[in-house]
This record gives sequence, C-alpha cells and structure tokens, in this order.
Amino acid sequence: MAEGKVSFELVSPERLLLSEEVDMVVVPGEEGDFGVLTRHTPLISTLRPGVIQVHNGVAVSESIFVAGGFAEVTPARCTVLAEEAVAVGEIDRAATEQRLSDARDDLLDAKDDAEKASAERRIAVAEAMLQAAA
Amino acid sequence: MPNLKDLKVRIDSVKSTRKITSAMKMVAAAKLRRAQEQAEASRPYAQRMERMLGSLAAAAAGQAGAPKLLAGSGSDETHLIVVATADRGLCGGFNTSIVREARRTANALLEQGKTVKFICVGRKGRDQLRRDFGERIIDTVEDIARPSLSFDKAAAIGERVVAMFEAGEFDVCTMFYAEFRSAISQIVTPQQLIPFAAPAKADNGNGDDNGTDEEGGNDALDGAVYEYEPGEEEILTALLPTNISIQIFKALLENAASEHGARMTAMDNATRNAGEMINSLTLVYNRTRQAAITGELIEIISAKEAM
Repeated sequence: MAEGKVSFELVSPERLLLSEEVDMVVVPGEEGDFGVLTRHTPLISTLRPGVIQVHNGVAVSESIFVAGGFAEVTPARCTVLAEEAVAVGEIDRAATEQRLSDARDDLLDAKDDAEKASAERRIAVAEAMLQAAA
Repeated sequence: MPNLKDLKVRIDSVKSTRKITSAMKMVAAAKLRRAQEQAEASRPYAQRMERMLGSLAAAAAGQAGAPKLLAGSGSDETHLIVVATADRGLCGGFNTSIVREARRTANALLEQGKTVKFICVGRKGRDQLRRDFGERIIDTVEDIARPSLSFDKAAAIGERVVAMFEAGEFDVCTMFYAEFRSAISQIVTPQQLIPFAAPAKADNGNGDDNGTDEEGGNDALDGAVYEYEPGEEEILTALLPTNISIQIFKALLENAASEHGARMTAMDNATRNAGEMINSLTLVYNRTRQAAITGELIEIISAKEAM
C-alpha cells in the first residue's frame, strides 16, 4: 500500500463498483460529511443520501451519488456499502424528477406510517440526487 | 414384429426430442455462466456486510436492548419458511429436493406443535407444497429471475419478511435454497434469517477476493473498537434488515446458478438417453427391414423352384 493513501472501496449488492488507492475520500455520514485520510480512527457510520467525493492530489477525481448505506473505516481502508450508486455526471435529471413526483404522489396516497416513511425516504433520496446533479 | 413405418415414426420423434434437450442444455450452460458471474460479483458486498455485522453483533448480542432481529422475539412458536425454487421444471431433482427438505422441516415443526407458514419464491415450489400445506402458504413470488434477478426484487421480499416479523406474525424465519457447488452437485441448505445467526467464522476471502488490499494488515483490526455514528443501536437497526435482504439476494443468486446447473445436467442425460434410444431403435429398424427382405427373397426362390 502506497504511503499516505487510503484504499477505498465502493460496493453495491450487485457488484464491486470501485476499488482504488486514493488520497482522501469525503463521505456523507448520517451526522455530517466526514473526510477519510489514512490512519483514520476505526468508525462505522450510516450514510445519508449524498455525494461521495474521491480526492486524488488536489483535485476531486470522482464524485459519486449514493442513496444511503453504510461506511466502515479503518486506518488503512474505507469501505462504503451502498444500495444505489450513480456517478454524479450520469444522473438523469428527468428520470429523477419523475421519481421525486412519484414519491410525492405515494406520500399523499400513503395509508399507514410505514408507507409514509418509505415515501418520505424516497423523496429525500430524489431531492438529494437533484441537488447533487445541479 | 413392429412394422417399419411405426419404427420410423418413433425414431424421428426421439430425434426431435434429442434436438430440443440438447438445445436446452446449451441454453442452460450459457445461463449458468451468467448466473455464476452474477453470484461472484455480489460476493464482495455480502462479505463486507458480514464483517461489519460480525463486529457489531458481537458487541450488541449480550445487551438487554439488543434489536429483536438479532435477539429474536423470545419464543419460537411460529416459523416462517421461505422456499426458493425455480419457476420451471425440467431440471432433474432440483425443485423436488428443495421441497422435500422444506417439507421435512415443516412436518417436524408441526409435530412439535408449532405453527408453520410458507412463502414460496418460484412457482414449482408452490405447486408441490400446495397439496400438503395449501392454506399455510401465505404468498408466492413468481418470475423473480425475469428478465433478470436484481437486488431490488430480493429487497422487496426482505422488507416484507421484516415487516411481518415486526408485526409479530412469526418468530423464526428460515430460508431453503440450493447452494451451488458445481453443475452436478447442488446442496439444499436451510439458512436462518431471523433471528440473526452469526455466521461461522468466515473462511472465504481467499481466491474470490480481488486481493487489492492487504488482508493481513486488516485482520489485525478484527475485534478492534469502532466508533459508531450515529450510535451502535441505530446502525444495527439499519443494518439488520439490509442484511436480511442481502442474504435473500445471495440465496436467490445461488439458487439460480444451481437451477441452471441442474437443468444442464438433466438435459445432458436426456440427450444421451435419446441417443441410446435412437441407436437401439435403428438396430431394430434395420433388422426388421432385413427380415422383410429375406422373407421376400425366400418367397421368390421357393416360388421359382416350385415351377
């Protein structure tokens, strides 16, 4: 492992999306974004919908939107388990807006708390996605 | 003595059967390869999930406020059995052996006076269980692998199971599926989904991992104290349902690979048997034809001699 690098992995249930050595990665944690450099303290966190930024050198080499998930950080690596991940450049605005309005409709139609919560969650995801694409 | 025409018709029909089975075999082989790839691609997530959950569960297991999905509901009166089979037949004993295993477990539980409920994933399982457990089957999920098996579909089943558990509809959930070993060997495996059973210390990771990170350095961290954000319990409550979906997803992928493997073997056998049958029928056909010719010759010769 290169000195000063942290090995970053982004995994979705279907496949390993990304696995590389990076300088820093900024992860949208439940309680706020956090940056992971090498020798970070061991941490497990849930994620809110947001953008993961991969930093190499001074530049952001990759921005990936995740709809939520988990992150596991150890001094040498950072693993993100995401249920849905899209590169920010590939977000389809029209499709996302459709999703947002669908979710809003579902919220209005929701019969019980569980449906309501699920619709609210989807609204949050779609809104964050639009924000990321902006 | 069978007549020549009948034999000819039979030979032709067996030949066309052989054509169909050999085509099905090739289709199954292609699908098997894809299913295997998909199963392998999904492994990293499951592995890392297991690693994370392992460290969390160990910490939370002893505590009083441990989530129910981890600790169980405190009784084991009602069992939910998720039976994963194929939607189609013609794959040897694949569906039957899964159903047989599930039925045996169910009968054992019923004898102990427990309540048993079923969710069938796959039409064939439902068809076979319906006779014995008709009213116990609460739902069937069909065509899950069409056009392709995705995590969303597995997650939908997972959410359903978790919701039922939280509503107190069952206490223990077990899933039956066939674990894929090779095209000729699939092992029916029961897997307990709820309460969460900590996996036996994972001994995989060799060979199927990409080997990008130095595992040796990471292993030293197993059992290390993590910080939790927002809190241990919140993470667990989010992680456990996801884990159930993942386990279901994994089982369904294994099952799909097993199904295609079983079908490939079954169709290979069928093709071979058809070949043998054609050979023996052809032999009979030729003999019969020869006998007819010989008979005609004798008739001609004896007629000539009599003149």
